[in-house]
Amino acid sequence: MVVASLFFYLFAGICVASGFMVIAARNPVHSVLYLILAFVSAAGLFVLMGAEFLAMILIVVYVGAVAVLFLFVVMMLDVDFAELRQGFLSYLPIGIVIGIVFLVELLLVVAVWAIGTQVPGAITAPIPPLESVSNTEALGRVLYTRYVYYFQAAGLILLVAMIGAIVLTLHHKLGVRRQNAADQIARTPRTAIELRQVRPGQGI
Amino acid sequence: MVEFWWTYAWPFAVIVAESVLLLVVLLIVIAYVLYADRKIWAAVQIRRGPNVVGPWGLLQSFADLLKFMLKEPIIPAGANKGVFLLAPLVTCVLALAAWAVIPVNVGWVIADINVGILYIFAISSLAVYGIIMAGWASNSKYPFLAALRSAAQMVSYEVSIGFVMITVLLCVGSLNLTAIVEAQNGHWGLFNWFWLPLFPMFVIFFISALAETNRTPFDLVEAESELVAGFMVEYGSSPYMMFMLGEYVAIATMCAMCTILFMGGWLPPFPIPPFTWVPGVVWFSLKALSVFFLFAMVKAFAPRYRYDQLMRLGWKVFLPISLAAVAIVAAVLQLAALAAR
Repeated sequence: MVVASLFFYLFAGICVASGFMVIAARNPVHSVLYLILAFVSAAGLFVLMGAEFLAMILIVVYVGAVAVLFLFVVMMLDVDFAELRQGFLSYLPIGIVIGIVFLVELLLVVAVWAIGTQVPGAITAPIPPLESVSNTEALGRVLYTRYVYYFQAAGLILLVAMIGAIVLTLHHKLGVRRQNAADQIARTPRTAIELRQVRPGQGI
Repeated sequence: MVEFWWTYAWPFAVIVAESVLLLVVLLIVIAYVLYADRKIWAAVQIRRGPNVVGPWGLLQSFADLLKFMLKEPIIPAGANKGVFLLAPLVTCVLALAAWAVIPVNVGWVIADINVGILYIFAISSLAVYGIIMAGWASNSKYPFLAALRSAAQMVSYEVSIGFVMITVLLCVGSLNLTAIVEAQNGHWGLFNWFWLPLFPMFVIFFISALAETNRTPFDLVEAESELVAGFMVEYGSSPYMMFMLGEYVAIATMCAMCTILFMGGWLPPFPIPPFTWVPGVVWFSLKALSVFFLFAMVKAFAPRYRYDQLMRLGWKVFLPISLAAVAIVAAVLQLAALAAR
């Protein structure tokens, strides 16, 4: 168990330190890279808890997709951080208030968990013993049976958000000639080639 | 103290020894895979290929290694030094890390984890960072453009690779790579392997693997005629070598994944004596190398895709087909009552 707690402190320390560096780094690209490090250490914490499925999904979704888009945006935009930082002190009180509210809410959530021991049993599905099923299977069982409607609703919300983003950015310009691969593939020599007998000195 | 020794120190030592053994074997194999790649390419074009260093040029890769190591690494003045040097390390280490879960025979695997295939998928989705970091840190136009191109390319083709993996998972009912190979074990030998029932998925996986590893016809990342040498144009000596190494290790990983997912891993092609006498690791290597032969042949005879057509193939062709295949495979398994458990 000593080794497990050592690894816990290692991952947790890296996670907190890189989380701090996300807001402290001067260069926005460095910030995103620190964010990625924070995600990866959080995945390490999940593995320590035996939630290997969540750890891998965290890496695939957040690190492999979301953070790549972050990096894209940050690299492409000409973000002038010196300018952004000018209002830092004036916004600090609001930031601290939001931070405190967030902290209190987190503490309340944890406290409810700790005080009312019957609460987790009432609101969550019984967790099958880890020896009999892997946690991928355990998650699948509750997601697709007990919580299937919530799961589908979450999927629909994401779908609506995705369609909204596409509609917002899609501009169909008129008068632009587009390539249609299906048409090109469907072309045959009969429709594409015309053979003419050309007499000398006459042209077509 | 004795307990500490037996619970932590000894397993740790065993894992380190196994990892070193795997690394050494893998790197030697990669050296000859590189050589084979050049030789096959040369043979298709009726050239000789590398034939000077050692008998038949067999030591060419090692000579290249020495040359890269002894050259002076140059860091451009405008480069972001830390990220610039981190990028090749990330590429190389991530590519090698994927091999921790790949089983080459029954039980011949360093970490036989429950979510092996997800681990591979996660690691290969991280590979894009080496490229973006290199492109950005070089602080130059061509690497940056190439990095953006190739990041978009790798993210696109990951999607179809993910769906293809899901169709295989549906047939197996486990995320463990050993379980995936065992699920293909049967009386019919190679006709039990997943390439037969999931043949369209095998083709999509192979083509997506080419795109994911930036091989021709999808080598827009390097595209030497347009982008000089792509995202690594500012790199030289050992950092460049680490990119090369990472690229070839990623190719080897994809060959191994093809073998595990669709070609029965270490299983012999016919479950009868002369074939079953051969150790599983030999079958595994033979299959992975034949997939690599296909990779090399594609490089030799396929012209490069145009960028918009590459994106069209990924998003408008492979994504709908693989998405439909997930639904179809799931429906067939459910209706035919073949689903695992």
